[in-house]
Amino acid sequence: MTTLSHDSKLANPDNTVDVPGERAALVLNMDKFSQVTATVCRVNEADRAPTAWYIAFALAVSLLSVLGICIGYLFATGVGVWGLNNPVMWAYDITNFVFWVGIGHAGTLISAILFLFRQKWRTGINRFAEAMTIFAVICAGTFPGIHVGRVWFAYWLFPIPNQMEMWPQFRSPLLWDVFAVSTYFTVSLLFWYTGMVPDLATLRDRAKGKLQQLGYGLFSLGWRGSNRHWHRYERAYLLLAALSTPLVLSVHSVVSFDFATSQLPGWHTTIFPPYFVAGAIFSGFAMVVTLAVPARELFGLKDLITLRHLDNMNKIILVTGCMVGYAYSIEFFIAWYSGARYEKFAFMNRAFGQYWWAYLIMVSCNVITPQLFWFKKIRTSIPIMFVLSIVVNVGMWFERFVIIVSSLANDFLPSSWDLFVPTWVDIGTMVGAFGLFFTLFLLFCRYLPMIAMAEVKAVMPQADPHGAGAGKHGKH
Amino acid sequence: MSRFLFPRWSNLLLPTIILAATTIPVYALFFVAYGFSPKTLDVGYQPTQVVPYSHALHAGELGLDCRYCHISVEKAAHASVPATQTCMNCHTLIRPDSPKLAKVKESFTTGLPVQWTRIHKLPEYAYFNHSAHVSRGIGCVSCHGRIDKMEIVYQNSPLSMGWCIECHRNPDVNLRPTSEITNLAFDGTTELSVDERAVLKDKFHIKPSDDCSTCHR
Repeated sequence: MTTLSHDSKLANPDNTVDVPGERAALVLNMDKFSQVTATVCRVNEADRAPTAWYIAFALAVSLLSVLGICIGYLFATGVGVWGLNNPVMWAYDITNFVFWVGIGHAGTLISAILFLFRQKWRTGINRFAEAMTIFAVICAGTFPGIHVGRVWFAYWLFPIPNQMEMWPQFRSPLLWDVFAVSTYFTVSLLFWYTGMVPDLATLRDRAKGKLQQLGYGLFSLGWRGSNRHWHRYERAYLLLAALSTPLVLSVHSVVSFDFATSQLPGWHTTIFPPYFVAGAIFSGFAMVVTLAVPARELFGLKDLITLRHLDNMNKIILVTGCMVGYAYSIEFFIAWYSGARYEKFAFMNRAFGQYWWAYLIMVSCNVITPQLFWFKKIRTSIPIMFVLSIVVNVGMWFERFVIIVSSLANDFLPSSWDLFVPTWVDIGTMVGAFGLFFTLFLLFCRYLPMIAMAEVKAVMPQADPHGAGAGKHGKH
Repeated sequence: MSRFLFPRWSNLLLPTIILAATTIPVYALFFVAYGFSPKTLDVGYQPTQVVPYSHALHAGELGLDCRYCHISVEKAAHASVPATQTCMNCHTLIRPDSPKLAKVKESFTTGLPVQWTRIHKLPEYAYFNHSAHVSRGIGCVSCHGRIDKMEIVYQNSPLSMGWCIECHRNPDVNLRPTSEITNLAFDGTTELSVDERAVLKDKFHIKPSDDCSTCHR
């Protein structure tokens, strides 16, 4: 390490360029730790949020009320208000569920796997990616709860002793899903909160109002930053990272079992678990980019969420996009190679049947457009990456729609085939879920530290006793 | 102002949260499992009937067979409630002037039935057939208890789904020969050997199903 130059002054100001022998800076234009604190806390401490925040919040809350109205109408009337029919008994509800669970995966990947692999650039984005995970899982959890038809029996999802001696089917992946998603939510929440404790203490120490002092004070659990505190914190964080790591792979695998363990052509596929996990990370990173781009502009975090962070995420989007594309083509290959006529039909029908347009949107958004990220110019262009990240999420929503609806609509028996057409309630619920997501996310941005200050400081060269920060006092 | 704002009272929060987080879910679980159960809600339901008819007297002391009044029990899904005429078979001669019989006689003259309050009521969505049980070795007592000892009839069993399933999964303990069907004092578990019950099970072809569609048709 000592042979490397750590002088941040000499480092290339464009941190997307890798200079041999030098580590690219992850924090720009800041020499002091206090600058990081000031930049991050400013968002929470300002008397008034940026005007754009209020506009976005108003919009998000309006969409949330659309969700409320749609769910209320659904409860009052029944699932008939959706466009479901026989054979398409799952459509927007489960599409939205899988979509949102998938979004959540980037948070855990960034916080757990990248942490264990010591990818230091994760520190700039992990906090709000984890927040995104939690809010996405909340959105996801809504759908299985409301799609059961008789919502007052939704507690039947859980194995609770009852007078009927009736239990959920333990052999069914739908029950595994309940456990997978609730475990995922619990662990993600604990991980998020544990990581936030030192930053909450920072906010508490800087807070002027009594209410803020008390609120941040209680939730920072009496953190004083002592050596022992840090030691335990790091242990806990490492353990939680190790606990969450298998979840990144397991949760979406279990979600994919909902389909893969059935016998429906188009669902009954062994490639589903890895394919779903890749797709989840793909969509999750796209959502992180979608959120990070406006957030860094709006709250002045460009020096902490730098172009390098975005560039790295775009690379992951490219990689996972290619994996998803590979899975699409392998599905077709297997359909042909299996020699099973129903299997062959399912895939030909998927691409050229009545839902051809959905398949086309899926392939062009998920496989073709992400290829643009091979070009560094595009990877580092803010407007293009913003648009592409949204395109990816549109594509991933359609992927779930294509898998679920096109397989169900044309199953074994032609006489039972039917076309699914969404109703306004279907569409309202789908759009409204974004309202729930963005309402929670905007509240998070305003009231909680959006960037893990303590962790970001640790990856600055000034934190390295052998590095630039120690330079003035001579190198060791 | 102190720098570390972690008020002393907040120390109480930790044990409170731990206590609440551990006890409330367990309590809720037991509350639902036992509180909502028909074992708690329905067993012992003993409404006052318009006619103070005593099963203890008729079925117990006098030894009337259940089927004298509930005639359809072996042939139909419902164990019929007797017509007023059935009562009057005897009561035109026995204690015809008893004030307890006022409502019965009123019904006899007007032709309108006595308004009994129903005690044993299964939900509409549950299919149950008395004849299928009674004609194949399940006695009255298994579900209704010792009616012959009840001055006023009350619900003896929960009639919950779990309670039905319990017997459908292990019917042997309730089996008896058809001759003892209405003998409320007969206890198959003590008076029959395991082998004898196995023979009965075989004889009656008892293979109770616990599929949803068995009862929810």
